[in-house]
Amino acid sequence: MIGQLDHSVLQVLWWLICSLVGALFIFMTFVQGGQTLLLTTTKDEKAKSLMVNSLGRKWELGFTTLVLFGGALFAAFPLFYASSFGGAYWVWILILLTFVLQAVSYEFRKKPNNPLGPRTHEVFLFINGSVGLLLIGAAIGTFFTGSNFQLNDYNLVSWQHPLRGLEAAFSLFNLSLGLFLVFHARTLGSMYLVNNLIHEDLEGSLRRAAVVNLICSLPFLLYVLGSLLTMDGFAVDPATGQVAMESYKYLHNLLAMPLQGLGFLLVGLVLVVLGVILTTFTTKRSGIWVAGPGTVLVVLALLFTAGYNNTAFYPSKFDLQSSLTIHNASSSHFTLTAMSYIALAVPFVLAYVAYVWRAMDMGKLSSSDISADKGHDFY
Amino acid sequence: MIESFDLTQVNWARAQFALTAMYHWIFVPLTLGLAFLLAFFETIYVRTGLEHWKTITKFWMRLFAVNFAIGVATGIILEFEFGTNWSNYSWMVGDIFGAPLAAEGIFAFFLEATFFAVMFFGWDRVSKRFHLISTWMVAIGSNLSALWILVANGWMQNPVGMAFNPDTARFEMENFWEILFSPVAISKFTHTTSSSFQVAALFVIGISCWFLLKKRHLAVAKRSIVVASVFGLLASGVVAFTGDEGAYTVAQKQPMKLAAIEGIYAGEEGCALCAMGVLNPNMQPGDDDDPYIFAVKLPYVLSILANRDPNSFVPGINDLVYGNPGQGIVGVTDRMDSGKIALDELARYKIARKVGDDQTAEAALALFRQHEDDLGYGFLQKPEEAVPPVALSFYSFRVMVALGTFFPILFIALLFFTMRNKIESQVWLQRLGVLSLFLGYIATQAGWVVAEVGRQPWAIQGLLPVSVARSNLTTATVQTTFFIFLVLFTVLLIAELRIMLKQISIGPEEN
Repeated sequence: MIGQLDHSVLQVLWWLICSLVGALFIFMTFVQGGQTLLLTTTKDEKAKSLMVNSLGRKWELGFTTLVLFGGALFAAFPLFYASSFGGAYWVWILILLTFVLQAVSYEFRKKPNNPLGPRTHEVFLFINGSVGLLLIGAAIGTFFTGSNFQLNDYNLVSWQHPLRGLEAAFSLFNLSLGLFLVFHARTLGSMYLVNNLIHEDLEGSLRRAAVVNLICSLPFLLYVLGSLLTMDGFAVDPATGQVAMESYKYLHNLLAMPLQGLGFLLVGLVLVVLGVILTTFTTKRSGIWVAGPGTVLVVLALLFTAGYNNTAFYPSKFDLQSSLTIHNASSSHFTLTAMSYIALAVPFVLAYVAYVWRAMDMGKLSSSDISADKGHDFY
Repeated sequence: MIESFDLTQVNWARAQFALTAMYHWIFVPLTLGLAFLLAFFETIYVRTGLEHWKTITKFWMRLFAVNFAIGVATGIILEFEFGTNWSNYSWMVGDIFGAPLAAEGIFAFFLEATFFAVMFFGWDRVSKRFHLISTWMVAIGSNLSALWILVANGWMQNPVGMAFNPDTARFEMENFWEILFSPVAISKFTHTTSSSFQVAALFVIGISCWFLLKKRHLAVAKRSIVVASVFGLLASGVVAFTGDEGAYTVAQKQPMKLAAIEGIYAGEEGCALCAMGVLNPNMQPGDDDDPYIFAVKLPYVLSILANRDPNSFVPGINDLVYGNPGQGIVGVTDRMDSGKIALDELARYKIARKVGDDQTAEAALALFRQHEDDLGYGFLQKPEEAVPPVALSFYSFRVMVALGTFFPILFIALLFFTMRNKIESQVWLQRLGVLSLFLGYIATQAGWVVAEVGRQPWAIQGLLPVSVARSNLTTATVQTTFFIFLVLFTVLLIAELRIMLKQISIGPEEN
């Protein structure tokens, strides 16, 4: 059944799936945002531990979503995986290192006899939530600003910049996107913690943090959106596959996709703001469940803009014709078909994740849950 | 295809990948096996309602969590290192190799990540039954994860179900089921997981024996030893069976690896197995000397293991490198010539396609197809490059097999004395139990050395040498990341060991 679909349809489908996984990962960066809030929200050790324990029940889901994002891109668009990871070496290595620090920090932070001590692990978590997200934002920014690579006749990549990917962080657009992600994650993190915790002092600080971080993120968001709507983009001629610069390409893309482009973007932004308003100016705790889907919609809109409507999603500004599109970078028809059958399990996975999430979060987490008489079942 | 390559850079990339993989493999086997042991302990608790089984479960779960975190940390590096350090590989076989990695994410990682939170934090938040199911889900999820990555590894050792596409210059998948159910993949999965179960059993036994030596937590220790020994003993049966299957598939699909493992240079009919021995360190491919300084040989055994026939011919390194027409073996020397034709014709095809010369393209493609099976050999500079490090393969294999033979004896002894309630007086056995914790890790690391060193120089057996699979990075870049990873992983390992030792010293929270 799926095998009868045209190769180009499968390529579109797989860009959708990868975009969805990527969007869910950005939603899950509320964990990273919460990690950076640890150092700025409270000095009370018990309150801090409560925050860590709340985030600690979710960090693996975010981590796993990132790993799946990588795996799905590898399977569906191996030329992107090979070109970007092997080319923009340093940016990816640094991102990965921050996630290594995250992976051990929850478990190790409070454990007795740990030579690194809790403060070191809190710094590790901060690095993951700040530097890690900043670099991820910069890497995603290159979907629009381009990278410095060239492919030979055998599709093997050579990178043409000595910083091997770190140069992405020196573009104002990429940097702004990165900083937006950092502050947005803090906004989401505040809303998640408000939703998940019962702690009077923390609650007030977190509710304020939601709006403060939204305001901090706005200049970067506005710069990114302003640039995106006015910049030249990397357009692909569908007949020849040739890549050329086109004025207002991304604005054209958003307008060409009124629902999944402009629509998702606007609705998503409104939902994020609404989530913050609910959190800060009302007593409701459900802001995260409004801003979270909003975040997913915004990221989907951005990734659709990067990849659909005859656009190179991983453009090379060094050699335009080396740019990657969802058509020239994809796996074969057979592999995409096989992968599509595997992807039929995704709704089932989402269902059990949601079920377990609900079962575990039915009761809010409070200080009594991490008291000493609970033994060692906490971070 | 590749203009030039820096062998030093390739070796640093290999070292970095080996470093990451070996660190990762300190933690993974324990996760794979201990997850099932937790499930067994908790099942007994739920079925009997006896609180002490809950105490046992929670104690081992605490150690599981410390180990799990660092396994995850090293795992993410490993996944992305395929792209960062082996980008040519990622493109040339990504169409096949990426699918199992994505399947691993969808089917396995989410099971682990989702239910780990319930298993660890859900004791008071969900029902007893739901908690037990969650523990089982973590065990199943972690082992499913092993299935997919080992299928991918099995495919690298025995590439099947694919074809080379000259237009995209990559290998593309043609048969998913052939890849999933390849005998090499099945044998890799079953052997690796069952040996991991042994490691976990030895871990539980080692710590329990330490408690016995210290006269602490005696009941917890004895109960843990019984369950772990039964689990380890059952796993040992599977390890032996799948080890035999593995040897057979290696003989059929990777004869050079078998020759290196056995240190055989001149093949023979009715070939003996070297049970133990010392290699002649001066031996080189092409030499006629005796490859062993000392050897205890079991006549005909290697022929039986390799071909299920005591009189069959088992090729040696010299047969495989230089050819043996009498046995119908085409040597690396000839395959290199054939491979270079394949590479030249592929280049001619690409140029012809570029300028629209269909006739030349067709002719070049036809010739390429005749030689494509030898494509990988065309990249080699000299035939001896096809020989993996013999001594490392030979000795690692013997360490693995010797320890693998010892473990079931240990499990039986422990079971015998524990069931007869005499274990507390057997100090020698308790000490041996503690020592065996480390032996389990040595055995499993040695196994991977055999599997991975033994298949060098190939990233994909016969098709893609590591020198071509690499990323286009400078040696200094890879050296820098190698040392970053070395320092980081070592610091984290030290932290993990200190935390683990403290948790062991605290012991179970018995009422």
